[in-house]
Amino acid sequence: MRFAFTDDQLAFRDAVRDLLAKECPPEVVRAAWPDETDVFGARKGEGARADAAKVDAVWSALAEMGVLGVGVSEAGGGLGMTEVDWVLLAEETGYAALPHPFVETACVVAPLLDGAGDPHGVLAELLDGTRQAGAVPPGSTNVAWGDAVTYLVLLEHQHGAGTGWVARRVERGLAVGDTNHHRRTLVDAVDAGRHLVRLGAWQAGDELGSVDDAATAFDHGALGTAAQLVGVGRRLLDLTVAYVGERKQFGVPIGSQQAVKHHLADAAMKLRFAAPAVYAASWSMATGAPTASRDVSTAKALASDAARFAARQALQCHGAIGYTVEYDLHLYLKRAEALARTWGDAAWHRRRVATALGI
Amino acid sequence: MDLTWSPDEEAFRADARAWLEAELHRWRDRHDDRILSGDTVEGFAQHLDWERTLFDGGYAVVSWPTELGGRGASRWEWLIFEEEYYRAGGPQRVTQNGIFLLAPTVFEFGTAEQQAHILPRMASAQDLWCQGWSEPNAGSDLASLTCKATRDDDRGGWVLDGQKTWTTRGAFCTHLFGLFRTEPGSERHKGLTYLLVPLDLPGTTVRGFGRLDGDEGFAEVFFDGTFLPDDALPGGVVLGDVGQGWSVAMATTSSERGLTLRSPGRFTATADRLLDLYRSHAAVPDGIDPGLRDRVVQAWMEAEAYRLQTLQTVTDDAEGRSAGAASSFVKLWWSELDVKLHETALDILGADAELDGAWSKGWQFALSGPIYAGTNEIQRNIAAERVLGLPRK
Repeated sequence: MRFAFTDDQLAFRDAVRDLLAKECPPEVVRAAWPDETDVFGARKGEGARADAAKVDAVWSALAEMGVLGVGVSEAGGGLGMTEVDWVLLAEETGYAALPHPFVETACVVAPLLDGAGDPHGVLAELLDGTRQAGAVPPGSTNVAWGDAVTYLVLLEHQHGAGTGWVARRVERGLAVGDTNHHRRTLVDAVDAGRHLVRLGAWQAGDELGSVDDAATAFDHGALGTAAQLVGVGRRLLDLTVAYVGERKQFGVPIGSQQAVKHHLADAAMKLRFAAPAVYAASWSMATGAPTASRDVSTAKALASDAARFAARQALQCHGAIGYTVEYDLHLYLKRAEALARTWGDAAWHRRRVATALGI
Repeated sequence: MDLTWSPDEEAFRADARAWLEAELHRWRDRHDDRILSGDTVEGFAQHLDWERTLFDGGYAVVSWPTELGGRGASRWEWLIFEEEYYRAGGPQRVTQNGIFLLAPTVFEFGTAEQQAHILPRMASAQDLWCQGWSEPNAGSDLASLTCKATRDDDRGGWVLDGQKTWTTRGAFCTHLFGLFRTEPGSERHKGLTYLLVPLDLPGTTVRGFGRLDGDEGFAEVFFDGTFLPDDALPGGVVLGDVGQGWSVAMATTSSERGLTLRSPGRFTATADRLLDLYRSHAAVPDGIDPGLRDRVVQAWMEAEAYRLQTLQTVTDDAEGRSAGAASSFVKLWWSELDVKLHETALDILGADAELDGAWSKGWQFALSGPIYAGTNEIQRNIAAERVLGLPRK
């Protein structure tokens, strides 16, 4: 029994953390927001403070470090690592609110294609950062960073006869086709930095991998997103701890008030208990434990609720300043809410745990 | 990362499981299958019988060295034992305040002579220890305590005056460990001493009184010029140094209170019983509100999260990364989880939930969790200030 990461795993995490701190500060997250009005006429993206080229540079830097190949075998050109190795990296991409499909590309699609023998010959481009992949879990037709992805996988869970997971490549589902095209129409969304594109009339390709491979691909998406939720929750907490230590009212830092302390202690507690569930789920997947899917669902449910709770407490403890688009908090708050929904929300995952427990 | 148990640990589990099943059965048989609460006069005697059974089997204090009454088990084996203990339906330990709260302090601060005397007698339930910290006007603000111990060099001992209260099982215990003000005029955390006090000394009055659940589990302890001789216990009655009582008392709270007092096994066992309860009620058509399934799963997941978080904490501890004040998060988690588990069970039981039964009894006890061992408000303050680094008032 040893519930801890190795020094190598922590060193890799630290390297990615440092890279993202440098290459993906709030200005870059903000720069990913389109500077246009939304369906209500609101200008949520107003105030972009960084060069849009820096958004692309983060992805290239991650590719250069090999991070995009963590889940791909060495034979497939990746680092041949396990879920336990990449779960901390996914957490860091959540902390940074990375404006790119890291989970979809590195955790879901690249390992799936690697296992399936790279039938469309795109794996190398996914790893070197020239191509991004999308993956759409059941119940959604929104493709995150749909303007940028040039390889899209749809995951479906079929009930009844032939029950099981199916993964298929989707062709011609995005408005402008199979090339990276910024003119694909973004749908207005709360977290505009996720660049959602609605999946249009699409054409299904052949199944990718086996039923088990497709099931694993879904669990990878849920696990990676759970880790990102822990990360973005930690970011919200850190931002707020710093703020309430400085902001003074009644002549004292507001963080010295018990009401504020208790909000943040509760948020920290939920994150601290969600994190081990996420790490344990990564171990269950890496070792093929029979409880792997149940453990992933426990992780996603706890992490979704913890991040959403942290976001609420973070906003409340900031007060009005947090309720502005000029201040950075909303970037992370909205990401937490978006991630809590995608790859199965907390209620969906609780149902899956319930079924696994036989109730 | 390796979340599997070794063959030796699995063997330890199998032995513990078989022993517990057999001995719990025999214990219940000895008492005609009528086991009372350990916090009542009659029940306490039954539970002492159980504690001595545990001791004879070598399971009273598994992680202690064998020469002090334990079996030298690792922290991991201790966790396994706790899981098996509550899985088998073992009762709450009436010795818990000694073995889980005092003992860690004796291991850290006691002299060899104190350890050799106190620990084996505690393990075998010959001496039963209660905790004398709270006073009528010193609860969450423990440092405001006023119970005093005045030095009497002529007689060679201390003269105790004052009152302790909410002393769990005080009416049934033989000894009290507590904090006393030994420096006249001292304030707050200064001038306190950690004293070990036999409860049969003249001038001491112990009055038991009922808790919310009706058990006589509380006591108030009055000291009226009680003379505590230095040699009342071999090795002396002071634990640590005179005047250092606060730091002695607090040194082990962070590492022990979170984990040892209420291990995950207790809650994972309750969560499994909750699943069984849900299944039995869901089997009846329209027997259950569909929304309860979600709450059962939530409670189960939170118990599982506590188990996993503990594996992480024990690993960190073993590798020298101490949890410190983070144990406050642990106390918040298990105490609120316990309420949640029991409230969900009562909601499944529906109209019958108000009847006396294991779940309604457990619910009443669970309600005390957010209060004892430092209220959850105090734990949130500690977590916010010492872990998150928020400014003190």
